[in-house]
Amino acid sequence: MAQVAQGGKGRNPRRILSRTVWYLVLVLLTVVFVAPLLWMLSTSFKTRPGATQWPLTWIPREFSTLGYDTIFNTTTQTPVLRWFANSMIAASGHTLIVLVTASLAGYALARMRFPGRNLAFGVIVGTLFIPQFVFLMPNYLIVDYFGWLDTLLAVIVPGAAGAFGVFFLRQFFLSLPKELEEAALIDGANRFQIFLRIVLPLSRPPLATLAVLSFLTNWNDFLWPVYVLISPESQTLPPGLSTLQAAYNTDYPVIMAGGVLASIPVLILFFIAQRYIIEGVSRSGLKG
Amino acid sequence: MAAQSTGRRGKRSSAPSPTGGKDRDFIGSSPVTPYMFMAPYLVLFFAFVLVPAVFGIWMSLHNWDYLLPGKPWVGLENYTDLFTPDSATSGDFWQSMEATGKFTLYSVPFLVVIPLLVALILNQKFPARSFFRAAFFAPYVLGVAVVGILWRFLLDPNVGLVNYYLGLLGVDHNIPWITELPWAWVSLVGMTVWWTLGFNAVIYLAGLQDIDPSLYDAAKVDGANRWQRFVNVTLPGLRPVLLLVITITILASANVFGQPYIVTKGAPANETRVAIMYIAQEGLRNFNMGSAAAMSYVLALALALISILNFVLFRRTED
Repeated sequence: MAQVAQGGKGRNPRRILSRTVWYLVLVLLTVVFVAPLLWMLSTSFKTRPGATQWPLTWIPREFSTLGYDTIFNTTTQTPVLRWFANSMIAASGHTLIVLVTASLAGYALARMRFPGRNLAFGVIVGTLFIPQFVFLMPNYLIVDYFGWLDTLLAVIVPGAAGAFGVFFLRQFFLSLPKELEEAALIDGANRFQIFLRIVLPLSRPPLATLAVLSFLTNWNDFLWPVYVLISPESQTLPPGLSTLQAAYNTDYPVIMAGGVLASIPVLILFFIAQRYIIEGVSRSGLKG
Repeated sequence: MAAQSTGRRGKRSSAPSPTGGKDRDFIGSSPVTPYMFMAPYLVLFFAFVLVPAVFGIWMSLHNWDYLLPGKPWVGLENYTDLFTPDSATSGDFWQSMEATGKFTLYSVPFLVVIPLLVALILNQKFPARSFFRAAFFAPYVLGVAVVGILWRFLLDPNVGLVNYYLGLLGVDHNIPWITELPWAWVSLVGMTVWWTLGFNAVIYLAGLQDIDPSLYDAAKVDGANRWQRFVNVTLPGLRPVLLLVITITILASANVFGQPYIVTKGAPANETRVAIMYIAQEGLRNFNMGSAAAMSYVLALALALISILNFVLFRRTED
């Protein structure tokens, strides 16, 4: 539609001017969004005095890996590599649990009839409207009761109870044509075989979307881990970065190196799985 | 199973099936199969959603100090304390509620309008469109911790990039972005817009693409200019999406925690200590968990009322 509007008038000088202004706005916006990230990267390769020496420069006057050396070699108060490993384990474990439990439950809710199904679905979806902070106090005590305080289990398991995945996959399973499953049923396959061999392979895109969103959410989670992961070696990166900031105060190359380390996995994931993330977000918007 | 099929007969007859109704779903599987599919999720759901939802209310009715052995029943005292001036908690609590309210009030207009403008730009066809969309969305995939430490550095009054460029533009004093009002609010709102703009823009974009293109053509035939087309076609078409964006943005802003926790640490003088910061500190640092649970329900109730009000207002302006 927009092309039609531009077609034929392309050589009009006013058009060219407005196109130029428009691209200028775009580029300016892009700079605003990307520059802070580049500044983080640039600072992480500066020397400590170089990071704050005026005039500030985008290219380090003197390249230094001191920031990275520092975070890779500290093991006591700020074991950043340990946090990185913890974050990887937590986000992967969390994602795995979400995929397994949500796909099984979502399939049952979409395709099976059983007493209590509508009630279960209603209650599960209803909890989507309860704000997360309401669970802060009781879940702290429940996690403590299980002996999970200050362990990664505290950030892996409770978050997987959220209703979004079940709801999201159920909606997708409902949209699948029933014929394939019915044919397999007649051929004597049981429900679990059908689920495993027919439904899941057909569901790769929504499973990928849910996996990426779950991983991102868990990797970035801040409020809950700040309070349930107490000792330095049990922390994940987000609370760890806050600890790092407190420990290194104005040693910006060190702090920014930590920020870069925490950003790289999610930015890589974003560029690989952009389609799934953006689709997931816009679909979660459209359901409303 | 037999009891179920008689019980559901009325419902089933409304959806007749040539091959014998939906009981076919049970061929080759026992009635417990659905429950086995549900079980792994339900275990999690019970332990970490249903039980805490009830347990939280129970806690809020006790003087629930994590560190003390006895947790005496106090009835509604934790709630009435919040509404009693001069009680131990009410002053700080309402100050933190006010901080959350201010942040929400300041941030929501920007987070509703700017992403719409960005979405309108991205809805045009032009080369490298998906590159720009990715660039605007990228900050959103970062966590609040990264965003916080990064902006704390960028906004540092003495060595930050923001004041450096303002200096080059002729602002000859260092703006205290972190430590003084109103700058602390400007900082918190600004970094939040930078961080989450892409999320709202993507939702708008999906909404824009759902608007029937023939409506624009019809408006053009009628001689409507760009602005008239925006007001008469785009805005009405975006109505449901707009309501959605406003609602989720209000809720997201009211859930603010990480930005003030990392960047301003509540300063100056607890002015930017938002509700969740205070509740978490009171419950999980000072371990007045019953009182903190009560506060979280009051905040949740306030948010529920605002959401309902939002829907009612939108419904009314529709007439």
